[in-house]
Amino acid sequence: MASYNMLFAGFGGQGILFSGKVVAYAGLIDGKEVSWLPSYGPEMRGGTANCSVCISDMPIGSPLVTEPDVLIAMNNPSYDKFIDTVKPGGVVIIDSSLVTSSKRREDVRFYEVPATALSNEHHLEGIANMILLGKLLESTGFTSMDTVEKAVQKCVPASKSHLLEHNLRAIRLGMEQ
Amino acid sequence: MAERILMKGNEAIAEAAIRAGCRHFFGYPITPQTEVSAYMAKRMPKVGGCFLQAESEIAAINMVVGAAAAGVRAMTSSSSPGISLKTEGISYLIGCDLPCVILNIQRGGPGLGGIQPSQADYNQATKAPGHGDAHILVFAPATVQEMVTCIFDMFDLAEKYRMPAMLLGDGLLGQMMEPVEFPDIQITPTEKPWATCGHQNKRKHNIANSLYLQPDQLEQKNRERFQRYAQIQATETRAESFETEDCDVLVVAYGASSRIARSAVMTARAQGLKAGLLRPITLWPFPKEELRKAAQTAKNVLVVEMSMGQMVEDVKLALEFSKPIHFLGHTGGVVPTPAEVLNQLKTIAGGAAQ
Repeated sequence: MASYNMLFAGFGGQGILFSGKVVAYAGLIDGKEVSWLPSYGPEMRGGTANCSVCISDMPIGSPLVTEPDVLIAMNNPSYDKFIDTVKPGGVVIIDSSLVTSSKRREDVRFYEVPATALSNEHHLEGIANMILLGKLLESTGFTSMDTVEKAVQKCVPASKSHLLEHNLRAIRLGMEQ
Repeated sequence: MAERILMKGNEAIAEAAIRAGCRHFFGYPITPQTEVSAYMAKRMPKVGGCFLQAESEIAAINMVVGAAAAGVRAMTSSSSPGISLKTEGISYLIGCDLPCVILNIQRGGPGLGGIQPSQADYNQATKAPGHGDAHILVFAPATVQEMVTCIFDMFDLAEKYRMPAMLLGDGLLGQMMEPVEFPDIQITPTEKPWATCGHQNKRKHNIANSLYLQPDQLEQKNRERFQRYAQIQATETRAESFETEDCDVLVVAYGASSRIARSAVMTARAQGLKAGLLRPITLWPFPKEELRKAAQTAKNVLVVEMSMGQMVEDVKLALEFSKPIHFLGHTGGVVPTPAEVLNQLKTIAGGAAQ
């Protein structure tokens, strides 16, 4: 059974909650059980933000992910806080433009993607999160690109539909890393 | 079948209430339930309803008293400290026999407490929702979908028994998104001959009142109400049993805690430990019979809550202290983990085997 407990973590404003929502919607489109749980409270403003996403064939028990199979980290405090909680054999994807910690784990699949630098190079400012989502898709195969496209369409509001292609371009770029 | 969409618990509750015919919402913002008010503010004007942000929680609940007395489906929403402020109004609603729906998306307490998920208002909701001899219906759904279906039932039952119904959720259920679909239900308005909505000189005027200065009259009112409560306790309890048929250890948990407990029970079963889960869906009336049945084969019972163990007493009373009842809980906004519950299950099972 393919089941994923994922943790997306970074600063408020990096689109952590948004990329988690796209992943949750992808699971829903694939007919899986899904849950999405944000951290909430004062830490949302400028501080660390994170969200737990569960995708499973079975009803989701605890929506709070404490031992993730997948960690996507977009800043040092989040990386330091969660790196030791990742299950052995899990997947860790970091934005290496922002996570400068030298700590590594040998028992996980580790991917360093300079997502913020890449987003600036490719005129995709502000959506480094989607580049990392592309890497998540490529490294885990948790769903298909076709499903992700549909999920992005669900999550980008109609008033911002011009950003749809931008997001998809960032995801494809991430898949190539 | 309607499309399943992802929705936050708080927003799904608000949408369900509107679909259940609620056109009067009075609120005051407080984390972690503010999305209920925000959603109502956006949607109510579009369906010809009334959203009003009151000047305080006390004002909001008293607006509910007025709207409910006039016979419309009314709702208010808050989180723990705000609910404490509403208790006077809740008691008046009970005393006037008025139906309404109240949300408590609980956070840590006492006092202002914290803003993270908690279940520490169990006693307040089930034992003393306001002063006087009083009860309200208390529902504790465990998923976003179940919150939606509960809201429809809660409006119906509140009207049927002429009393407030409370949805006792928590920050985790309010903030999380899950797939949800809304049932296509046609709402048929209940006859409310008691409503104070204008008699137009065609009938005797109605009064919504909770003041009875003659002790025997007041006692009589309370006795009538308790007859209704007895009927509710006999017919309206709800619970879900999971893997309880042959269980050695029975876990009792509701709402968000029950999801964590369910994960632990599934892992325990996979490891050969016969665990089961009884999940009360109504907290008042408490599902005593369902619990007794689920506990038949159990040598031990474990109650899991996000509080210091408030439901434990009800479990002990329902089982008449017939077997050891253990407790695992966190409070103040700390959420228990499935691993902790599993550990506790193993410890208890190990102890029982010795």
